[in-house]
Amino acid sequence: MLVSALPIPFRNSCPILPLTCVEVDYQIGTTVLLEALSFTLSAGGPTVILGPNGAGKTLALKLCHGLINPTRGTLRWSDAAHDMPGRQAMVFQRPVMLRRSVAANIEYGLAVHKVPAPQRAERVKTMLELTGLVALAGRSARVLSSGEQQRLALARAWAMQPEVLFLDEPTANLDPAATSAVEELIIAIAATGTKVVLSTHDLQQARRFAAQILFLHRGRLLESSAADDFFKQPRSAAATAFLRGELWW
Amino acid sequence: MNEFADAAVLASKLVLHADATLLEIVRRSLEVSLAAVGCASVLGLSAGALLAVTRFPGRKLCIILTNALMGLPPVVVGLLVYLSLSRTGPFGGWGLLFTPTAMVIAQIVLITPIICALSRQTLEDLWLEYAEQLRSLRVTAFGSLRTLLWEARYSLLTAILAGFGRAIAEVGAVLIVGGNIAHVTRVMTTTIALETSRGDLALALALGFILITIAMLVNGTTFVLRELADCDAR
Repeated sequence: MLVSALPIPFRNSCPILPLTCVEVDYQIGTTVLLEALSFTLSAGGPTVILGPNGAGKTLALKLCHGLINPTRGTLRWSDAAHDMPGRQAMVFQRPVMLRRSVAANIEYGLAVHKVPAPQRAERVKTMLELTGLVALAGRSARVLSSGEQQRLALARAWAMQPEVLFLDEPTANLDPAATSAVEELIIAIAATGTKVVLSTHDLQQARRFAAQILFLHRGRLLESSAADDFFKQPRSAAATAFLRGELWW
Repeated sequence: MNEFADAAVLASKLVLHADATLLEIVRRSLEVSLAAVGCASVLGLSAGALLAVTRFPGRKLCIILTNALMGLPPVVVGLLVYLSLSRTGPFGGWGLLFTPTAMVIAQIVLITPIICALSRQTLEDLWLEYAEQLRSLRVTAFGSLRTLLWEARYSLLTAILAGFGRAIAEVGAVLIVGGNIAHVTRVMTTTIALETSRGDLALALALGFILITIAMLVNGTTFVLRELADCDAR
């Protein structure tokens, strides 16, 4: 109900998706960390970047989000203005909380996004309600528990109503209750039309969310397929082993 | 011992009766040091922020230099400013020697490195933590700097207070460039030095009380600010 109370997101006439990555490499010194990544992120259900630890999931998200530049290859958004504040957002595995109140943390993103002040207050209030943080609004953000901080990070990103939201292992450090709260939020965010791109090593979580799976292993993209196809019939040996719960290094 | 007790009584009277000479000296001290802290804060915080967030060849050298300059001996600073401002010096034409302005300049030279070095350390640590998040939010370079300064406000105020503490308590630099002229450039520290050597202990002691009180206030405030910063960072 609350979600429907959200104002209709500001959308440019030209959407930023799809994002096309062609033969993208990323290396530091002589170490190749991501190799020949080619995939397309289109509007629609969540994309899950799946893979064991060290597969390069976080790097792949950072590349897409523009926090690091590819050593080789191209990333092309549909709209050249993809870098404007608020069009895409990212929530990190360890959320970075500004040294101010919970409400002020949400408002900060909106101020950067140049949302006019009266609307800002309204949107902060909505976000606090949506993320269940109303009671904590005046509390210093840095004293919150990990689960609450992650919800706040989601609220801050969601408040800007981005077209694409990158989530880097958003529940990796959380207990089951906090995980479920965060997952519910992600589902709600996806339901408002924001494209969610989430990285995880958690198979069950991938099953719960994914419309599309990108399976990464040792810096290479082994599979890019619809989630149903991937879980029914993985094409690579590494993915088959990963689905069986056998560790592959 | 008796002489000391007499002086202490006299000093207390001077303070309690708000003696005009005493007040004039205290006011000038505060004016000079606050002006110096104001200018040094603008210079030191800007330089500190730049050193914290930018990467350029020679940056490490700048940091080492700034840290080394924190320990500048006041008399040497006084001497250098004296030479620059004296008639034959490069800025002699300005006629600033033996004016409060000269004292402000000397104190700026003395405390800018302190504020710069302390704020650089604070801001650099914070930047490490925030850089990625701010880039993700597409905050501009100027916006990031503003955010950093605000987020580090308590620690930066501590750095500024450290500068103020140094400025208000130093004697060497202001004595050389100010000349300790009565009613013009006489401040608390120079007066204490002069009156002690002249044997007028009452005024020296009264000023000493005030100086100690200011030092304790500065330290107390620093302590409270640290607590606030810790609360914020948790």
